Order: sequence, then C-alpha cells, then structure tokens
Amino acid sequence: MTTTMPEVREPAPSSGKPRRTKRGGGGVMSSTGLYIATGVAGFLFLIPFYLLIRNALSTDAEITGENWKFFPTDIQWGNISELFTDDTVPFAQSLWNSAIVATLHTVGVLLVCSLAGYGLARIPYKHANKVFYAVLGTLMVPTAVTFVPSFVLVSSLGWVDTYRGLIIPGLFSGFTCFLFRQYFLGFPKELEEAARVDGLGYWGAYWRIVVPNSLNFFAAMATITFIQGWNSFLWPLVIGQDPGSWTVQVALSNYMTNQTVVFHLIFMATAFSILPLVFVFLFLQRWLVQGIAQTGIKG
Amino acid sequence: MSTTKTRDVARPAPAKASSAKPRRGLRGSPTFNFWLFTGPFLIGLAIFVYAPILWSLWLSFFEARFTVTPDKFVGFENYKYMLTNDDFVGSLGTFTLFAAFIVPTTWALSLGLALLVNRLRFMRAFFRSVFFLPTACSYVAASLIWKMSIFSGVRFGLMNTILSWFGIENIAWLADPNPPWYWLVIVTARLWLQAGFYMILFIAALQNIPGELYEAAAIDGAKPGWQTFWYITLPQLRATSTAVILLLLVAAYQAFDEFFNLLSKTTWGRPPLVELYYKALGESQDYGSGSAGAVILTVLICAVTLLQGKFMGFGRGEESK
Repeated sequence: MTTTMPEVREPAPSSGKPRRTKRGGGGVMSSTGLYIATGVAGFLFLIPFYLLIRNALSTDAEITGENWKFFPTDIQWGNISELFTDDTVPFAQSLWNSAIVATLHTVGVLLVCSLAGYGLARIPYKHANKVFYAVLGTLMVPTAVTFVPSFVLVSSLGWVDTYRGLIIPGLFSGFTCFLFRQYFLGFPKELEEAARVDGLGYWGAYWRIVVPNSLNFFAAMATITFIQGWNSFLWPLVIGQDPGSWTVQVALSNYMTNQTVVFHLIFMATAFSILPLVFVFLFLQRWLVQGIAQTGIKG
Repeated sequence: MSTTKTRDVARPAPAKASSAKPRRGLRGSPTFNFWLFTGPFLIGLAIFVYAPILWSLWLSFFEARFTVTPDKFVGFENYKYMLTNDDFVGSLGTFTLFAAFIVPTTWALSLGLALLVNRLRFMRAFFRSVFFLPTACSYVAASLIWKMSIFSGVRFGLMNTILSWFGIENIAWLADPNPPWYWLVIVTARLWLQAGFYMILFIAALQNIPGELYEAAAIDGAKPGWQTFWYITLPQLRATSTAVILLLLVAAYQAFDEFFNLLSKTTWGRPPLVELYYKALGESQDYGSGSAGAVILTVLICAVTLLQGKFMGFGRGEESK
C-alpha cells in the first residue's frame, strides 16, 4: 500500500457527538434499520427455496389451485417415492449421470489444470510466456461460443451420448489453469527450493511438497468446479441426445417443456437436483468462500 | 518480512550439498519438466479448444447443412447471410439490452448486500449464507421455479396472487412480448442466482480496506455514510469492481440456460447463443451459418473485452503487483 495518509489534524471541536468509525464506511442506517433491510433481503432470497419445497410436497391440485395458499394443508411425503418409481421419467439415472460427470469432471480439471498452472508459474522454460499467452487467449473466447464446432468434433469422434463426450472436452479450462497459475505464483518458493535441494525433482517436489501444502486451495477449487460440473446445461443438452445419457439439468429442462406437466414431480425432481449442492455448501462453505475470495480475482 | 527471515535460516547448512542445477539429465531439465506438467493440458487445449475454433472458421466459409465435411465453398456468403438475418442481428440486440440491464443491477445489488453483511455484528455468517445459497442452484432449477411458481402467467403464480390483492389482473409474464414483462422474469432470476457470488468478492475486498482510512476521513470531517462511501469505499473497491464487471459481462455473453428454459417456445428474447443453438443444431443443422455466427460473436466479444480493458484499465493491477 502506498496510500499517503493525510497529516493527522486536531479533531474539529465544534460538533459535539463523538464520531464512530465503522468498517464498510456506512453510517446511514441505524442498527435496527440495518437488520430490517438485511432481513427483508434475506427473506426475498429464501422465498424461491421455500416455494420449491412447498410445491415438491404438495398435490398438483394445491399447486395449481384457485386459492393460492402460502402453506400447504397436507404434506405429501409420498411424492419422493413417486418420483423414483415413476418409469416414464429416468430421473434416478440422470442423478447418477450427473454424479459421475460432475465427480470425474472435478478430478480431471484439478489434475490437468493444476499441473499446467504449476508448470506455467514455476518452471523456467524460455517459451513459457508464449505458452501462457496461448492459454490466456482462450479466455477471450467464451466456451459457450465454441459449442457448435465442439459438438461437430465430438460427434465425429463418436462420443455423443457417452460419458467421455460429456466429460473430456470440458477438462481443459483456460480459466482454471489461469487461477492455479496465479495461486502458485504466490506459493512460497522456499519450501520447494528446500525440497529440490534435498534431491527431489520438480515432479517429486510438486506432489510431496506443493500439493500437500495447498489443500485449502485445491478444496476450494474442487468445490467450485463440482458446482459448475453439476449445474452445467448447454453442453450436456447438446451431447445428451438419448434420455439414458441425460444429466439432471437436461432431464429437468425436458420435464419443463414436456406436454404433460406433473407439477409435484417436477418440483420434487428440482429439489433433488439442488440437494447435493446444498450439502456441499453447508459442509464446505468455509473453503468455498475463502477460495472465491482468494482466487485471485481481487484485482 | 517473514520470508526473508526463513531464507536466512534455511540457507547456510545444505547449500553445499547441492547446487540447484539439474543433476539428473533429462528428468531434471526444466524444458522436459515444463512439457511434462503442461503437456496434457496443452494437448487437450489444442484438440478441444483450438481445433474447434479453427474448424469453425473453416466451416464458416462453406455451405454445410447436415454435414461437417462440406465441399461447397461459398466465401463470405454465410457471414452476409447472418449479418442480414433479422433473427441473428436481433439476438445481438437482445444480448446488448440484457447486458445493459444485468451488469449494473448485479453490480449494485452484490455491492449493497456486501455492505449490509459486512456491517452486521450478529448473524453475519447466517446472512452471508442466505445470500450465497442461490449460487448452488442451477439456472435450469431457477428457471423452473420462476416459470412455474413465481411468474406463472396464470392465477396460481405467486406474483399474480400478490397482484390480485391489489386488484390487478393476471399478467402473462412470459407468453407476451408486449409489454416485455419477460425481462423482469429473466433479470430477477439471474440476479438471484449470481448476486451472492459477487457479494463474496466485495466482502473480501471491503475487509481489505485499511480501517485507518475511515479514521482519517472522520478526522477530516467526512460524514460517515455517503461521504465515506463515495470518497473511500468506492475508490478502494475499484480493482474489484473492474474485475466484477468484466466477469459479469463474460457471464452475460454466455447467457443461454435461463433464456432457453424460460422462453423456449417463443420467438422473442433470444440471445445469440440460443439463436445459434437453433440455427446449428435445430431442424436445419446449418453448421456453416452457425459457425459464421459463432465467429462474428467471438470477434464482437474480443472487441468489447479489449475496449472495456482500455477504459477500465483491466490488467493494470497485475503489473503493479
């Protein structure tokens, strides 16, 4: 920080009240006002979740009834078993597909991108900068724009409707590689140098020193990547043409645009599509927040 | 400070045992190791990112319907077709309007939430989680809740129920482009989904502002509130704001999921990706025009990104570090 602090002057004696300095620089609102504003905003943010659960546990008649009620009169737990026993909807299969795809996506992305990020950050190679710019260049082209040619490529490989097709093309994320590079640039060099002095090569130092000392960052990136993998829609929509290879998101989208709408099942399916991530959020939130805060986007 | 200390301590003893030079031939050479580490990623990047881009460029000069190995070269016909195609040009307009809505509103909302949460003394973690939780939802799930529960165009939707308390007739939120209520549905859905994520970035940045700045401002007679916000908080958040706006723009380019799911059966409100999806993978499977559209879009995105970088100084922060 090179902020030049102004000379400390005598406090102006005129105004009687002592000034309180608060972080965040606000003084507009009283404490009560603050909590009311936050509470109202929080309520608005939670309503969609409430509606989802309410509808998932209601009958269709109650969801679509003339007299809309905030609370359901009769909770339908049977909707859960109905969702998983309904043969017309391959929902369990799509959950399974999503679990496989998101997990392998996460493992693959972390492995491939962290290695590349480390190589770019730390290994002195004379053309490393050129390679880095080639990676940066891909950030300019949003992955979503390349879905047409990517589909063309993947279908000519015969990977439509396969896990390979769903997972492999998404592993090479320039952005994740970039984040890992930024992180490794800040990793204390001394640790690795000590390891190298002790006779480890780059590879050994990476696996035995760098990775074990970076688990927090890896955990954060894993959480973010898993969420992306689980929630991604466009690519699975393009690749998953057969219902057996739909991910949860594609399955949901299909129910929504289907002719015969069974409301309570759709909402129950949606609830189940969100559930795994809510668990991830609750248990890994510390890493997640930390990771997002430190992913280098702090400018 | 602490790093220099450890260096001093660590140096003396093992320094003689080895020079940090490569000692094991190929395995120790930086060049070999560089490719060992980056090779798998770069090969994948070449196959699944660069090759599709180049293939797209190549396809865009051919008439390619239902085939990806076309033989009829048409020059710039596909580009001409796309640039004079009302649907595609209209989709660029839709995107521009969408970005003009969503970028400032998300910026303001996420900053506002961050300021609120950051000032809380109790239940801070609770409210942070509440605002952050929608990040766990997919766009598909949110579209579903929005379309079938909140903004359902019939009597049983939440919004129409609330409006009916005030004697307002049902509004067909998504089924009618006049007036364009669908914008409200799309913008609120995305705000709900992404504001919490950017709020986290702002909270991190707010906590990095040195407290002395506020103390100094108070001594100088700045009133806490708008004055400190305007003269200290906002300028101190400049780097984060720049990054957030850039990320928001990039996210807006990728808009597909909620438009596709909320407006799938309609012909209005299609951003470029939805338009391209129907063009290339829909009935006509017109890969040539689809590719030309993708190339046009990419060029536009690069131009806007570079322009934004020029105005807001993206990348300057990196060098000064």
